[in-house]
Order: sequence, then structure tokens, then C-alpha cells
Amino acid sequence: MAADKVDPIHQFHINTIVDIPVGGYDFSFTNSSLFMVVAVLLAATFLYFSTAKGALVPSRAQSMAELTYEFVASMLRDAAGNQGMKFFPFVFTLFMFVLTANLLGLFPYFFTTTSHIIITFALAMLVIGIVIIYGFAKHGLRFLKLFVPSGVPLVLMPLVVAIEVVSFVSRPVSLSVRLFANMLAGHITLKVFAGFVVSLGAMGAAGMAGAVLPLAMAVALSALELLVAVLQAYVFAVLTCMYLNDAIHPSH
Amino acid sequence: MEAEAAKFIGAGIACLGMGGAGIGLGHIFGNYLSGALRNPSAADGQFGRLIFGFAVTEAMGIFSLLIALLALFA
Repeated sequence: MAADKVDPIHQFHINTIVDIPVGGYDFSFTNSSLFMVVAVLLAATFLYFSTAKGALVPSRAQSMAELTYEFVASMLRDAAGNQGMKFFPFVFTLFMFVLTANLLGLFPYFFTTTSHIIITFALAMLVIGIVIIYGFAKHGLRFLKLFVPSGVPLVLMPLVVAIEVVSFVSRPVSLSVRLFANMLAGHITLKVFAGFVVSLGAMGAAGMAGAVLPLAMAVALSALELLVAVLQAYVFAVLTCMYLNDAIHPSH
Repeated sequence: MEAEAAKFIGAGIACLGMGGAGIGLGHIFGNYLSGALRNPSAADGQFGRLIFGFAVTEAMGIFSLLIALLALFA
């Protein structure tokens, strides 16, 4: 059966390209690292060359770069106010990296960096780490007001504080799992439907005719995946802005 | 029960969670549509929030799909 050969998980295998063992730890350059480097280079060269001229009447590439800039800038300004704009380089980098990595993964045979939990968890921990460090550095112990909403009756306070603490602690988990699970599940679903096409096509003429249906589904799913890739980058950036807002204005 | 059979049943049960995400998405789009029909001029301004709600709610369904897929393949 051809269906046995279709392995939807195979696309997520990490292969070592250059082996770099450092003191018992594995620092190897893998296909995952390769595509991270490619994503960074792609985003950096696009932004550099599209804005190098800085024309008053922007070209197509320049207006694309300016649109992304203004998009992220207004997102951050809406969520965290003008004080939040000092985090703009961070949020913009994060958004561009996740967006490029997601879109790069849509190409066949390309590796999706963001479909591995350790990558997204590292990004999420970076965000939460910055929130905690900046919050304590700027507000000191008043940062803990984040867990004590104003206007709550004293009887309910222990319960509310417990809920707020749990919600804060689960943020890095939900932030990373949302991105990773969306990319992983989307790519597996694509592969499963592509596998249907292969196994139906092996059944002869009637199977070929039937294979049109999963093929059409795979095309529709690719369109959905394109939407999801952009959307999840947007959601990641929006949630980052909201968490940064907590660090800047802890009492809500 | 064979372990293989239990795996498939477990994957099927895990997919039930996607129903909850379906109900949630129906609420989001239904309420957006009814609000947009009452006040069409305000509809465009809320499109970003609609998409944001869609992505955050859809993630819950994706979580259960992920569990199902992990039970099947991993």
C-alpha cells in the first residue's frame, strides 16, 4: 500500500548538517538552524534593500516595508501607548522573524522552524522574561500590583490573586503552544490530504477520479495555511504588545 | 483492548474538543455578522478584532487536534 509510505511527521525531522559537539552538549548546525538563518537573512535583506533609497514616492517594495512598519507601530501604540514605543524594535523583529519563518515553511520540502515547541517556547520566554525584568526594574515591588486588580472586594481578593497568578504563569505556555500547534497541525493536515491523493491515485482510473476531491481540499487548505501563517505572526505580536503593556502599566 | 485500538479511540475522543472551538467560532462570526448588519459603518473597524478572536479561539481547537495527531503519529 502506498498509504503506508506517507509519513506526515517526516517533514519535522531535524537533520544535522554540521556536527559541532561542545563539551558533551550538541551545538550542531541543523536544518532547523539553517532555515532560521535563512528567515533572518530574508527579512533583513528585504527590509534593507526596499528602504535603502528612501524615496519620497515609495516603490512597491518600499511601500510594503513601510506598511509592515506602520502596521506593527500602530499595533504597539494602541496596546501599550507611546511609552511602549521603546519596545518597537523588539516587537518588529519578533513579528518579522515569525512571519518569515511561517511563510518560508509553506514551500514544499522547506523546514518550518516555528513548528517546533522549543523554538516558540524560547521566543515566548524571551517575551515574558523582558516583561518581568522590565516590570521590576521600572516599578520595583509595585509591579506586583499586576496581580491585585483595583476595586475587588476584600473577600474575593485571595481568589482573584490566585487566578491572576495562574493566568500570568500560563502565558508563556499558551503563547508558545498556540503558534507551534497551529503550524504543526496545519502542516500535518496538508500532508495527510496529500497522502490521500497518492493512495487514491494508486487505485487505478476510478481512484484517480476520486483523488480530485482531496487534491481540491489540499489547495483550499494551502490557502487557509497562508492565512494562518500571517495571522499567527500577528497574534504573537499582538499578545507580546499586551504583555509589554502590563510591564509598563502594571495597575489595571 | 489492544494498544493500537486504544490509540485510535483516544485520537477520536481528543477530536471532540474541536466541537467546542466550532461552537465558539460560530458565536464569534454570528455575533459579528449581526452587529455588522445593525451598524454596517462600524463593521470595518472591528474586523481586526474579529480576526484576532478567530485566531485565539481556533487555537483551542487546534490544541485538541494536536493531541489527536500526536496520539496517532507520535
